[in-house]
Amino acid sequence: MAFITANWNPLGEAFYRKMELYEMCWSLGDGLRDCLVAAAPYGGPIALLREPHRRSPSSRPQLEIYSASGVAIASFPWKSGPVVQLGWTVSDELLFIQEDGSVLIYDVFGSFKRHFSMGQEVVQSQVLEAKVFHSPYGTGVAIVTGSSRFILATNIDDLKLRRLPEVPGLQGTPSCWVVLTQDRQTKVLLSNGPELYILDNTSCTAVCPPGLGPQAGSIVHMSVSFSYKYLALFTDTGHLWTGSSHLQDKLIEVDTKKTTPPKQMVWCRRPKSQQPSVVLMWDKLLMVAGVCQDNIQFPIEDLCVLVGELDGVRIISSTNQELLQEVPLVCQEIFKIASMAPGALLLEAHREYEKSSQKADEYLREIKEQSMLGEAVRQCVEAAGHEYDSNTQKSLLRAASFGKCFLTDFSPDPFVSTCRELRVLNGVRESSVGLPLTHTQFKQMTLQVLIDRLVYRQFYPLAIEICRYLKIPDYQGVSRVLKHWASCKVQQKDLTDEAIARAVCVKVGDSPGVSYSHIAAKAYECGRTELAIKLLDFEARSGEQVPLLLKMKRSQLALSKAVESGDTDLVYTVVTYLKNEMNRGDFFMTLRNQPVALSLYRQFCKLQEQETLKDLYNQDDDHQELANYHVTASYREKRLDSRLSLLQSAVDEYNKAKNEFSAKATEDEMRLLRFQRKLDDEKGAGLLGLSLQATMEALLALGLHKQAEQLYRDFKVPDKRYWWLKLKSLAEKEEWDELEKFSKSKKSPIGYLAFVDVCMKSNNKYEAKKYVSKVTPEQRVKAHLAVSDLEGAADAAIERKNESEMGAVLARCSASDHLLIDRLNRAAAAKK
Amino acid sequence: MAHSVRRDCPELPDFFLLKRLARDQLIYLLEQLPGKKDLFIEPDLMSPLDRIANVSTLKQHEVDKLYKVEYKPVLSTSDQLCFLIRPRIQTVKWICDVANADKAAGKCRRYKIIFTPQKFYACEAVLEEQGLIGDVTTDEWSFYLLPLDEDIISLELPEFFRDNFLAGDQRWVRTAGSALHLLHSLYGPFSKVYGIGRCSKMAYESWREQVEEGEQRAQHAEIGKVFLIDRDVDFVTPLCSQVVYEGLVDDIFRIKCGCVEFGPEVTSSDKSMKVMLNSQDKVFNEIRNEHFSNVFGFLSQKARNLQTAYDKRRGMDIKQMKTFVSEELKGLKQEHRLLSMHIGASEAIMKKKTKQDFQELLKTEHSLLEGFEIRESISFIEEHINRQVSMIESLRLLCLLSITENGLLPKDYRSLKAQYLQSYGVDHLLTFANLRQLGLLVEQQPGETLTVMESKVGKLVNDKTAGKLSDAFSSLARKSNFRALSRKLNLVPKSDEEYDLRVPRDMAYIFSGAYVPLSCKLIEQVLERDGWTGLEEVTRLLNGHEFAVTGSNGADSKAKNDAQRIVLVMFLGGCTFSEISALRFLGRERGYKFIVVTTAITSSSRLIEALLDNHV
Repeated sequence: MAFITANWNPLGEAFYRKMELYEMCWSLGDGLRDCLVAAAPYGGPIALLREPHRRSPSSRPQLEIYSASGVAIASFPWKSGPVVQLGWTVSDELLFIQEDGSVLIYDVFGSFKRHFSMGQEVVQSQVLEAKVFHSPYGTGVAIVTGSSRFILATNIDDLKLRRLPEVPGLQGTPSCWVVLTQDRQTKVLLSNGPELYILDNTSCTAVCPPGLGPQAGSIVHMSVSFSYKYLALFTDTGHLWTGSSHLQDKLIEVDTKKTTPPKQMVWCRRPKSQQPSVVLMWDKLLMVAGVCQDNIQFPIEDLCVLVGELDGVRIISSTNQELLQEVPLVCQEIFKIASMAPGALLLEAHREYEKSSQKADEYLREIKEQSMLGEAVRQCVEAAGHEYDSNTQKSLLRAASFGKCFLTDFSPDPFVSTCRELRVLNGVRESSVGLPLTHTQFKQMTLQVLIDRLVYRQFYPLAIEICRYLKIPDYQGVSRVLKHWASCKVQQKDLTDEAIARAVCVKVGDSPGVSYSHIAAKAYECGRTELAIKLLDFEARSGEQVPLLLKMKRSQLALSKAVESGDTDLVYTVVTYLKNEMNRGDFFMTLRNQPVALSLYRQFCKLQEQETLKDLYNQDDDHQELANYHVTASYREKRLDSRLSLLQSAVDEYNKAKNEFSAKATEDEMRLLRFQRKLDDEKGAGLLGLSLQATMEALLALGLHKQAEQLYRDFKVPDKRYWWLKLKSLAEKEEWDELEKFSKSKKSPIGYLAFVDVCMKSNNKYEAKKYVSKVTPEQRVKAHLAVSDLEGAADAAIERKNESEMGAVLARCSASDHLLIDRLNRAAAAKK
Repeated sequence: MAHSVRRDCPELPDFFLLKRLARDQLIYLLEQLPGKKDLFIEPDLMSPLDRIANVSTLKQHEVDKLYKVEYKPVLSTSDQLCFLIRPRIQTVKWICDVANADKAAGKCRRYKIIFTPQKFYACEAVLEEQGLIGDVTTDEWSFYLLPLDEDIISLELPEFFRDNFLAGDQRWVRTAGSALHLLHSLYGPFSKVYGIGRCSKMAYESWREQVEEGEQRAQHAEIGKVFLIDRDVDFVTPLCSQVVYEGLVDDIFRIKCGCVEFGPEVTSSDKSMKVMLNSQDKVFNEIRNEHFSNVFGFLSQKARNLQTAYDKRRGMDIKQMKTFVSEELKGLKQEHRLLSMHIGASEAIMKKKTKQDFQELLKTEHSLLEGFEIRESISFIEEHINRQVSMIESLRLLCLLSITENGLLPKDYRSLKAQYLQSYGVDHLLTFANLRQLGLLVEQQPGETLTVMESKVGKLVNDKTAGKLSDAFSSLARKSNFRALSRKLNLVPKSDEEYDLRVPRDMAYIFSGAYVPLSCKLIEQVLERDGWTGLEEVTRLLNGHEFAVTGSNGADSKAKNDAQRIVLVMFLGGCTFSEISALRFLGRERGYKFIVVTTAITSSSRLIEALLDNHV
């Protein structure tokens, strides 16, 4: 396979190869002449803006967007202002930087997304030159204005305009300039005649590249590498200086013997390679200048555009597209003529094996003797990744697989993953898709991003196939693609809501991680509210539906969905929203239909807005709750008259609620309060706020029997209660005479056992005994026992011939009472 | 003891993991605020926090001083304040006041609020209203579950009951769902979930939602079945006086977070003593589930055994004595200490409870449960009110009367209410309104107008939203069907037979053989039938909302038999110690192990207190 090295060109220790990627599918009449061209890195799309400078109302410039393989994606006449620069963002959006400083953003299909401006001053001074650059922060834009000022936006998605300091002595545009991202700062490097400056946020510093003598002349072209690590400067004497972008080390200085500045100058290096080189392009010549004095020269016939990539340079001409790159070390080792690297030997061994030649064994032995078989396999696998031609890939992978057979513990993972990845890469490199990604680029941009880009370009079936093929979990894979598909589907204006909803539902089904609310939100964004509501119906989690429904002003529906979700936080969110959105009446009416929301709001009002609570009840004509509200409020009131007036309102409401009982009770309370107030004023009794019972207790304790009596009558206190009360109170004060008088005042409604018990509680047996005789026969035994009169108890029990009572007495007898015990036993026996 | 214990009871899962997870997360959150800081803790989080991370752990993570949240201006001098609180608007408002006061005084501090177990939008809304979103950072400590014992896990959310059942505020439902989710992810997958009650159903749904959102790890199930039950399914059981030892201790001394403070009357010294009550306490472990009448006998037997063990010392030679001292004496001393403490507690209980009043109280309760001698019971309650025995107890009896009798006659309702108001103040009008709303204390409706409405609502239930609409205040229309339920499920054993409390034959022993707790009976029946089939009439009487769902791994459930006999019972709205005792009994009888998860341990007085609405 000697021809693999046919297109290799040595440069110093390295080789460079130029491979054709595509024959372009486009047919450009005028080639790339008179065009503004922008091609995105990582095999991104190409945009052409034809004849941007010739302005006449009848002929507008035509904008065309192609895939990297030249398949037309979009084309439309440019109707906006004159464009200074085109550029792609990291997410494949096209930027148009116009003369007046406004930047228009279009998507890859040519539909307008949004725009922003580089500042008001630019409208006056105009943009002279502009550059689009990529950094870890995203895509940035830098411009030079007519007043020779630089304005930067580091990330167009988070727009912060920075006006860089003035450059001394700069008139018009600088001879050349680049944007650098260094030390987490974005700077501009520019040359003005012989001077070189670095502009950062605060200062403009004159710098001098080490080793570039004054005889070299002034810098007319400069270029920074993909990783912002290296810088190349081209002077008007044809010298090319290369070095680190920090301007601290010099790599080399070469005399190109060309006095015209190159049309384009792009770094060409691959990560980890020690051999950086610069590709320069003139009208008819392409030159690769490396770190040695050597260079490679290619003649070119057509006008080309160079696109710097992570690991090479793409050369786009009107007919084809080529990739110029340094041959990866591993490929060199394998394919270099007469290479004895293990990978090369393995490849050879496999070739012989296929020819059924015993030489295969010899080669294999040779590798095994050096115990390099593992290394050989690794090399073949790695080299396969770097090869663009599928036949070469196959032969390398077959060789690897062959070698693997002779290894016992060799992890198959790199082999398997390389096979899979190559299959994917070959798929996306297809001319119809047009993503000419190298393996290195693919690894750098990650699979996720690749899928995103496919999705963005609307290659949904391919994206889904890739996800399934690589077994990516649904959540990150298929579902994500479906989500994008559905979001795109809802924008199809030619289909009815019904059709779209059905199509989405059929495809998406209930794939995990696809949120219908998200799709619905998209539909709403496109102004299809009805479709959005239809889609929301598919959303299983009601909680997810709420925010969008609110946005669509379907607040009633949002509220009921929130309630359905059972998530009170969500209900509360809607309630707060409604509260601010609606007038009070409507708001209350809405709540009224949603008891859960209502009670939640009530809870909140109870703590935060007491007044609102009242309005709520008023609105509902909920007199019962309103009355309760007044009662609660009355207790917070210190002053008696306001308290009474609140209670009066409560009475009115209770009456309206036909709750006579509560109305009466509240009226009684008012009466009691007035009474207490009067007595407090007269006697300083400290009664206010006590319950009726407590009031009477206090009165009796103070000896105000008359007043207590009055309450007893006025408030229709049941006899029993009053008797208990008075009994306890008299006993506590040990007014035994009073007690006796009281017991005789009329027949006790609580019986007389209570008197006995209460006296005993005060340890007054003498008084207790007075009442024993008055106790009803049923309780007499108990009464006797209570005063520890066993004999009396026994008598009573025997008299009543009640066995269980006799038992109760017996239980209390101690051994010394044997006489009594005998009597009781006899009586019990007699009864039997 | 004399229980017929099935020997093949499965082992309980280890819940220590829950504590460790909570502690690790708390430490992580504290470290998010580097440097010295003062920590303010919500009073009712103090005890739970103590079980997770003690003061020295907190100090290790640069907590300087600890304060209780007391709604007063703060005295702290630290420039970093951290608040560990429940998501309550009131507390957040206080923190806003603190921050605003500092602002006015020109003090610059960092504030961090850690909400546990989660934050609510309403709380953040308060911060926003006060313009403090930028000054105060918030975080969540997802401390959902506190294992109180090897078979009791509490959410320590007493307010769940009032918020959910009285105020109709469903904010805690998701919390319950998350708690279940946590248990599921650690000890699941569950093979079967049963439940009854509206809140249970919502908690179940919330949990399912969380399961679907997250990733499912295949693991060995340690808990097989789950039973969710709403407190309002059974109000009778928590309203009855507890007579099992642990329940009694709770009723009298109030067990707080697994810990009880015995006063001087128990310790027979002038100091009170804080004691952990759990299965680590060997003496307690043996008597906690016993009817109180057995406890003394058991304790004295134990005391005699102890004496014999001590007595072994006599006649020992030096060597034997040495081993005795080194091996046995410590254990004996420990047991001695515990024994004397529990004897002290029992004496204190006896003093309070064996009085005639208590006997009569129990008698009244039993006749209410049986439905006999209602008039006498009413006059007993009347006297109870008139004599102002206890504000809470009277209400409890009134509620029990109302539930068992399916509401009070209008005449009784009014007169009892009037007397109660005279005793304890008119402000209790609001309490009565609450009790009525919950269906705990209602007036019998003239002519069964309610049933008509009920059937109307019933027809609507098929329609999802209409169902939810009518559900929200279903408790208003709730009708207690206790009598019918009692007949159907045979809750009240025939009283003519003698019930030997030492050898319990069913769960009724926890109420002296007078009543089988409804909640536990339902669990027993559903487990036995593996679902609700055959209980249609019962669920109708209970207002429905029952469900039984077989988990995704239902097919292979037969293989892992041990886990299938571990049943997690989740009480939404609290459960009593008596219910736990009944379930332990049921577990021993049927070879199950029950794990009780509850929003909080409750009791009759806690239940009633939660519904009080007087201004004090």
